Amino acid sequence: MSTNISRRDFNKLLLTGVAGATMGLFGGSGSAFAASRRVVVIGGGFGGASAAKYLKKLDPSLSVTLVEPKASYATCPFSNWVIGGLKTMPEITQTYAALARRGIVIVPEAAVSVDPVKSTVKLKSGKLLHYDRLVVAPGIDFKWDAYEGYSQGLADSSMPHAYQAGPQTVLLHKQLQAMKDGGTVLICPPANPFRCPPGPYERASLVAHYLKTNKPKSKVIILDPKEKFSKQGLFTKGWQRLYPGMIEWRGPAAGGKIVSVDGASMSVKTELETVKGDVINIIPPQKAGQLAFTLGLTDASGWCPVNPTSFESTIHKNIHVIGDACKAGAMPKSGFAASSQGKVAAAAIIRLLKGQEPVPPSLVNTCYSLLAPGYGISVAGVYQLSPEGITEIPGSGGLTPIDAADDQLEQEAMFAEGWYNNIVRDIWG
Amino acid sequence: MPSKLKMCLTACLIASATVPLGAQGFAATKTKTAATTNANPRGQILALSCAGCHGTDGKSVGIIPSFYGKSPEYLESALKDFKSGARVSTVMGRHAKGYTDEEIHQIAQYFGTVWKKTK
Ligand SMILES: Cc1cc2nc3c(=O)[nH]c(=O)nc-3n(C[C@H](O)[C@H](O)[C@H](O)COP(=O)(O)OP(=O)(O)OC[C@H]3O[C@@H](n4cnc5c(N)ncnc54)[C@H](O)[C@@H]3O)c2cc1C
Repeated sequence: MSTNISRRDFNKLLLTGVAGATMGLFGGSGSAFAASRRVVVIGGGFGGASAAKYLKKLDPSLSVTLVEPKASYATCPFSNWVIGGLKTMPEITQTYAALARRGIVIVPEAAVSVDPVKSTVKLKSGKLLHYDRLVVAPGIDFKWDAYEGYSQGLADSSMPHAYQAGPQTVLLHKQLQAMKDGGTVLICPPANPFRCPPGPYERASLVAHYLKTNKPKSKVIILDPKEKFSKQGLFTKGWQRLYPGMIEWRGPAAGGKIVSVDGASMSVKTELETVKGDVINIIPPQKAGQLAFTLGLTDASGWCPVNPTSFESTIHKNIHVIGDACKAGAMPKSGFAASSQGKVAAAAIIRLLKGQEPVPPSLVNTCYSLLAPGYGISVAGVYQLSPEGITEIPGSGGLTPIDAADDQLEQEAMFAEGWYNNIVRDIWG
Repeated sequence: MPSKLKMCLTACLIASATVPLGAQGFAATKTKTAATTNANPRGQILALSCAGCHGTDGKSVGIIPSFYGKSPEYLESALKDFKSGARVSTVMGRHAKGYTDEEIHQIAQYFGTVWKKTK
């Protein structure tokens, strides 16, 4: 705990005359510096917006500022439904108006740097924001140099990743609409770890649903560098039942590993052969969002190491990293997990600002995947702190049973929508 | 639309509990608000997980059951039944198995009383 005290906190403690008494173990008299408790949150996605909302909800006396350049946020969850024609972009777009009404100050610009000694965030406009605690939740960035011939320009024009929702989602959906019947859609997921492990396979399902309905002679090929993938048994069974012969999965031994891509001939070269696609969805390998690198919060893995109780960076004190950008042990990189981390970080920050130890974390995840309307599956996990870090509680969580009856699958599809409607209100409402 | 109405009520209830920005200068006097929600920090941290599916404070707008306003006793027995399998579920059993009976008690205490404070 004492290592977490920054110089400014220390000076404040000295001024109020309690430093000596509290350096070892804080006694819990937080009111001494309560009046100036400012928390700045960078990034208004699943992680950051949850942290901001819960900081203010659990301690209305805090001054909470949310820095997010986008006026509205399109959620990746349910973006596969948009790609498959089951939802529209406005239905998956959230705004910050409700958070502003709660008294959270919304700053609509990008953060460019942080001075951890002066505890300031510099915004794109040059303006500085002071913080006592900072939360950084920038999401992911892509490794554009992963495959020869691949680039951000190619993703923006002809081979969308659609792994950050927005124009990329619309581009992929439009490409499917424009494709001829009998065409081939290539979906190329990355190796682990990456955002939303079941995401590419839900996408394959809903693309197949769209094709079956509109262009039934077409097919989907998944080129995968991984030996196995999330919810594999449930997806494979569902594909056989719903889309027989339409979805082909090729693992690494069957030429799933991409070597290079070519926009001009719309093809992908794998270790074994060149595969042509009418629509090509390259989901490139990922790393923590650029800001995490700029701030020096990443380690050699390209993600941010954190203290699992408070999500405080193990590199910079008073800076907490949550969501996809952080290394959260056994937790997958999901919106649900990011939100759970945001709440745990919020509760920890409130205690830390009062000079109290954070309580041990309890974390959770549920990821629904839709295979077709009325056909849903899920994976759940409850996580705790163990000597190995954040680990799944043995005997809990797990998958929809492989032999689940149709009415359970139907119920899970309904719960997927129920989940979405509740979590977006829990975060942005 | 009843669900719309419910949502609006939710928003209004929460809004009225929020301290206006201008009051921040008196933070010291406001620690009471925070202290109330913080009386059971372990229960709080366990319970925050539930809102990810069931909505903030257990106020659900759709098909997922709402448990806002339920008593601690009701919540505790429901969670234990999900855990044992006595109550059939799609996903609740998988979640409930992640908590000890003591933790379930804490969660039930938190949600069984939080609505009295946000009313
Ligand atoms: C196709 C797909 C389907 C998915 N489905 C699900 C699902 O069903 N369930 C689920 O739980 N998860 C799902 N996910 C995963 C989920 O989207 C991510 O895990 C989640 O968005 C991570 O949240 P985050 O807050 O870490 O990052 P993000 O949500 O990406 O938010 C980061 C935010 O930071 C902002 N930002 C970045 N840099 C700066 C800066 N310098 N200054 C200010 N702001 C900045 C960005 O604008 C952005 O708004 C899915 C993902 C995909 C791609």
